[in-house]
Amino acid sequence: MSWDISDIKNWGPDKHEKGAVIPEAGNAVGYRTGGWRTNRPVRDDETCTQCLFCYFYCPDSSVIVEGQEVVDFDLDHCKGCAQCATECPVDAITMHPEAEFRRKS
Amino acid sequence: MATTEKLMAVTGNQAVAMAMKQIDPDVVAAYPITPQTDVVQSYSQYVADGEVQTEFVTVESEHSAMSACIGSAAAGARTMTATSSAGFALMWEVVYVAASMRLPIVMTTVNRALSGPINIHCDHSDSMGGRDSGWIQIYNEDAQEAYDATVMSFPIAEHPDVSLPLMNMYDGFIISGAIGPLRPLSDAAVKDFIGEKPAVLNLLDSEHPVTFGPFDGLHGWYFEHKIAQNRAMEAALPVIQETYDRFAEVTGRQYQHLMCYDMEDADVAIVVIGSAAGTARTVMAKLKAEGLKVGLVKIRTFRPFPTAEIARVLSGVKAVAVLDRADSFGAMGGPLYLEILAALYHEGVHTKTVNCIYGLGGRDLYPQNIEDVFRMLADAAGGADLPQSRVYLNMKGE
Repeated sequence: MSWDISDIKNWGPDKHEKGAVIPEAGNAVGYRTGGWRTNRPVRDDETCTQCLFCYFYCPDSSVIVEGQEVVDFDLDHCKGCAQCATECPVDAITMHPEAEFRRKS
Repeated sequence: MATTEKLMAVTGNQAVAMAMKQIDPDVVAAYPITPQTDVVQSYSQYVADGEVQTEFVTVESEHSAMSACIGSAAAGARTMTATSSAGFALMWEVVYVAASMRLPIVMTTVNRALSGPINIHCDHSDSMGGRDSGWIQIYNEDAQEAYDATVMSFPIAEHPDVSLPLMNMYDGFIISGAIGPLRPLSDAAVKDFIGEKPAVLNLLDSEHPVTFGPFDGLHGWYFEHKIAQNRAMEAALPVIQETYDRFAEVTGRQYQHLMCYDMEDADVAIVVIGSAAGTARTVMAKLKAEGLKVGLVKIRTFRPFPTAEIARVLSGVKAVAVLDRADSFGAMGGPLYLEILAALYHEGVHTKTVNCIYGLGGRDLYPQNIEDVFRMLADAAGGADLPQSRVYLNMKGE
């Protein structure tokens, strides 16, 4: 990870790689796409059985697992697709409009 | 010279296939179409006979051919293809992608009319349509030029300041199928001239994984990348000339962006692209014997266009006829005419001009047609007006 794009908004034509090549792998993690989300997943730790279905089904790798347990969602990249909530066998995940959280904060 | 072989007689297509064989690119992905077919056919024979190391990809269309070339070039492979007319038209979408991804693909485009009415013969409407696609365009008069241009292509396209795809043109049937003289280079001289492909970011370098062809986002840098493409084109102009000069050191054959014939003392001049230049030179010999001061400018490098140079060359003549083998319907004239008018205006050169359209769909251009143009120019140099609208050469019925 050596491609410094911190100032990319000010880059002129000669600063970019030829042909719009992205010269390093995996840097999409730095691109926060969570802002696209309309509904936010909320997990009830009491109900959750740690079956990890949500972790496997999440299309954006946005279910954070530490050790063997789901601990959180990566809200910088979760787009609110609700696959986790749909697949959860014990309905431990529910979806809530983002607006609710904005009002609270 | 040890660097060149004996003089031989070959078709334009055979000449280019030979050059490709000597280059021995990593990948050729191509689809046959008249009149380009025997470039690809000859090359596939070289592959079948084991005379080259090339991976030959037989694709199901020209769109696929160019797409395969893009993948191949992005993987870092030296990549070539060839097409004509409708085949080039079918590539259209990805022709732009190749240029914007800055991939130095080399393509032979054997000029043929676009439909319709459906027509397999020569004109320049296919490649002229692609003049804004971001490819370098070199037009060749005969088999020798087409061969030489093919050998010179990779050093231009792969130059670090350039990194652009390049297409070489020559006239369908007139050059592609007719037999003419060719003095090829030796295999070793070709290898030595083109050298090794410079190292670039590529898809097969697993130590340094990269992404090609990303989405530019909603508020991204598309605009800046387009500017970079144009800067690369500007940089290509001197690189092409340097390559022409280096080629001359090896072969003695000196090319220029514009090839000028008897322009030093010309009163009037014709500007033309491709095989018609040979016909024009024949006519000039006759007219010069009569005392007419006639000159000829043959355009080789069309993209990037040598704007300042064409204006300088034409600044000394009193009347110029620009011969277009393609039309730009609804515009003031054919594509070459528009380019030259813009150059003259930009450089402040005021000379009488006329646009002659010729050869559409393979219509013959006779020496008499060119003689008529030169005489019209001579009258204009003497004070007569030139037609303000297109003059059609060898048109039926009027």
